[in-house]
Amino acid sequence: MARYLLTRLLSLGLSLVAASLVIFAVIEVIPGDPASYMLGLNATPEAVAALRDELGLDGSLLSRYLGWVAGMVQGDFGQSYTYRVPVAELIGDRVVVSLPLALLALALSTAIAFPVGIVAAARRGRAADYAVMGATQLGIAVPNFWFAMLLVLVFAVRLHWFSAGGFPGWEAGVLAGLKALTLPAVALALPQASILARVMRSSLIETLGQDYIRTARAKGLSRRLATRRHALRNAMIPVLTIIGLQFSFLLAGAIIIENVFFLPGLGRLIFQAITQRDLVVVESVVMLLVFAVIVVNFAVDLAYAAVDPRLRRGGRR
Amino acid sequence: MIRLEDLSLTIGKAEILRRVSLDIAPGRVTGLVGESGSGKSMTALSIMRLLPRESRVSGRIILDDSNILEKSERQMCALRGNRIGMIFQEPMTALNPVKTIGDQVMETLLIHTGHSPAEAREIAREKLARVGLPEDRFPLTRYPHELSGGQRQRVCIAMAIALSPELLIADEPTTALDVTTQAQILDLLRELVREEGMSLLLITHDLAVVAGMADHVAVMQKGEIVEQGATEPLFRAMRHPYTKALFEASSHAPARRPTATGEAILTVSKAVRDYALPRTRLIGPAPVFRAVRSVSFTLNKGESLGLVGESGCGKSTLARAILGLEPLQAGEIRAFGQPMGPGFPTRLKAGIQVVFQDPYGSFNPRWKVARLVAEPFHLMGTRPDDWRARVARALEDVGIGGDAMERYIHEFSGGQRQRIAIARALILKPEIIVLDEAVSALDVSVRAQVLDLLADLQAEYGLAYLFISHDLSVVRAITDRVLVMKAGEIVEEGATEAVFSAPAHPYTQALIEAAPAIPAEWKVHEHGQAPVV
Repeated sequence: MARYLLTRLLSLGLSLVAASLVIFAVIEVIPGDPASYMLGLNATPEAVAALRDELGLDGSLLSRYLGWVAGMVQGDFGQSYTYRVPVAELIGDRVVVSLPLALLALALSTAIAFPVGIVAAARRGRAADYAVMGATQLGIAVPNFWFAMLLVLVFAVRLHWFSAGGFPGWEAGVLAGLKALTLPAVALALPQASILARVMRSSLIETLGQDYIRTARAKGLSRRLATRRHALRNAMIPVLTIIGLQFSFLLAGAIIIENVFFLPGLGRLIFQAITQRDLVVVESVVMLLVFAVIVVNFAVDLAYAAVDPRLRRGGRR
Repeated sequence: MIRLEDLSLTIGKAEILRRVSLDIAPGRVTGLVGESGSGKSMTALSIMRLLPRESRVSGRIILDDSNILEKSERQMCALRGNRIGMIFQEPMTALNPVKTIGDQVMETLLIHTGHSPAEAREIAREKLARVGLPEDRFPLTRYPHELSGGQRQRVCIAMAIALSPELLIADEPTTALDVTTQAQILDLLRELVREEGMSLLLITHDLAVVAGMADHVAVMQKGEIVEQGATEPLFRAMRHPYTKALFEASSHAPARRPTATGEAILTVSKAVRDYALPRTRLIGPAPVFRAVRSVSFTLNKGESLGLVGESGCGKSTLARAILGLEPLQAGEIRAFGQPMGPGFPTRLKAGIQVVFQDPYGSFNPRWKVARLVAEPFHLMGTRPDDWRARVARALEDVGIGGDAMERYIHEFSGGQRQRIAIARALILKPEIIVLDEAVSALDVSVRAQVLDLLADLQAEYGLAYLFISHDLSVVRAITDRVLVMKAGEIVEEGATEAVFSAPAHPYTQALIEAAPAIPAEWKVHEHGQAPVV
């Protein structure tokens, strides 16, 4: 187990280094001069020179890279060119919206998908299964921004249960914050839950066909008990994979939903930074997201090992 | 103990069992024999009431004067694992991979009795020791993947006997195991029946296993019991033609015409094949597993050479190396005088073909048979103009009609598929065919036909066979010479009859000793003469 942990950690570290190199290279090295890119075609040479100086572009590549990495490790992501505030501050403001939103959406999606997937698998080929398959098909097909607008129409405009958008900030209270995030989380969770329920269903159906389920039944376990004790854990590997992917997506991929609900999240930040050519912000946010994805994958790897003892010795299934 | 009365079963529209009546006596071993699809397993699953959902059962299964078929699911759960235990064919997949063996044995106890976990653990420990897995060598915290196939089957037996059931149903319990392991498991089952006074319903396709184990035998064919009775009289008389056919097929030796010459076409000299194991240290060379250890032998033109050994002994690795599918770490393999390896001439590759074990997995399901059989032509660069005629000829050679060409592989039975695999091997008119467990997955009657076919083809085309198998009786029937392989090494080599009648190496002796056999004195009727009563 220690060896498994060590190899996973090693791979995590290497992935981070590789990712930082690629991001650094793409943004700072490859397409000519970042300063003139940021300032656009009509910039004066003096302005470009000033920005170059501000960004520290005159140092060697190595010292710039090391400086960037060392800064990030200490929480210093540089100064945003457009907002004129430290990038760390910008990110901090947005993460407190995006992270809870992603977690809420994921929790919702899992809470819906697990029971639904399990019921569909247990009642395979019967009415409940067809209903689940039909509903999840719809859940995947419906564009989430359209569903989001529908939610706003019903729950905000008509029923006045929730506000139509915006985020009051956590200073207004946890409840107010959660309330503002509820509709966006539902809109995000619907397609995710549909996918996850289908994965859960097919994985569980496959597991229920395994010989050891028959063995468990021959021992005297009821169908339900055999499912709970022997099938569920074995069916978790593909489900965990999807959960990991979904969390990574939800963290940064919520941009459309953030726009529908006017939420100041990471997705909008990076979108704005790209349109304003604020490379300092783009670079840092991308690195942060990559970091999050890698950490999530690490957590998923650990979850695999917790579920399946065969993986604990660094082996494969 | 349990009495089956006119048990019939249909699944969907298929009639699976027809009026099966069988009395399973207490404290005795009842053997149920038949080929695949004869309904043996379904009979067992009917007793357990673990049939597929679309099943319809009629008749009666009487236990303690009540009909099992009328019990509720809740009553059945209380019965299964408690009064009736069951073990299955595939020990590799029969255990939950994410639970320890201790937990899995304990579970049987915990769901049926009021034992505390500590008490259940104690009984589980006892039962595992009873089946040959003492705690000091096999802690209860082991996971199934840390055990061999035979050890896993022991765990399954421990689970099934944890509550000392009155009936143990064993569905092909040793079919997936090596012959020496099979002997040990059968011994264990025999002891359990004797010591615990349990009844055993032993389901198998192997007449020899039944002959050595059962007090009472029932022979099944197409969902019906065609003959049953006390074991020895039944074997001596073999009244029903199907019993007789089954018996003859199981010991079938095809009529062979010697075609072996002294001309060596394949030589293996000091071949070594290593596999890298997962690293245990970060630096330094990865540890290796030596699957083939300095193996040398020659295969002559027209000769049939057997290679026997238990699973994991390296025989399939050796076969793959001979086919050029695996590199060697030392030594050399030469075919037709050329060294096997990346530089081996493509046109010579046509001279060595292969037939694998699995008649289901070795074909692309989306291709028609004509294309499947013609596939080896790519070794010649272009497909000859008369390729369809040649495919038809090859199919005809293996006894499959030419109309098969436009059909897909799923339309054929296991035996037919294996014939098609042989046709595919024949299409380039090779000189060597490697048969890697090629008849192991087939029923005895189909196996007998395929062995005849192989003998005929050899006589007609002067083929050389490298016949790899774990089944000694088959190797004895079809080969001129035999190699015995153990742990990557050839431990004995010689003319087949000589090796089988007077094995020199202790391992060969153990293999032959362990192979179940029908007692010779029971076979009086073999040449068609009824015994004088």
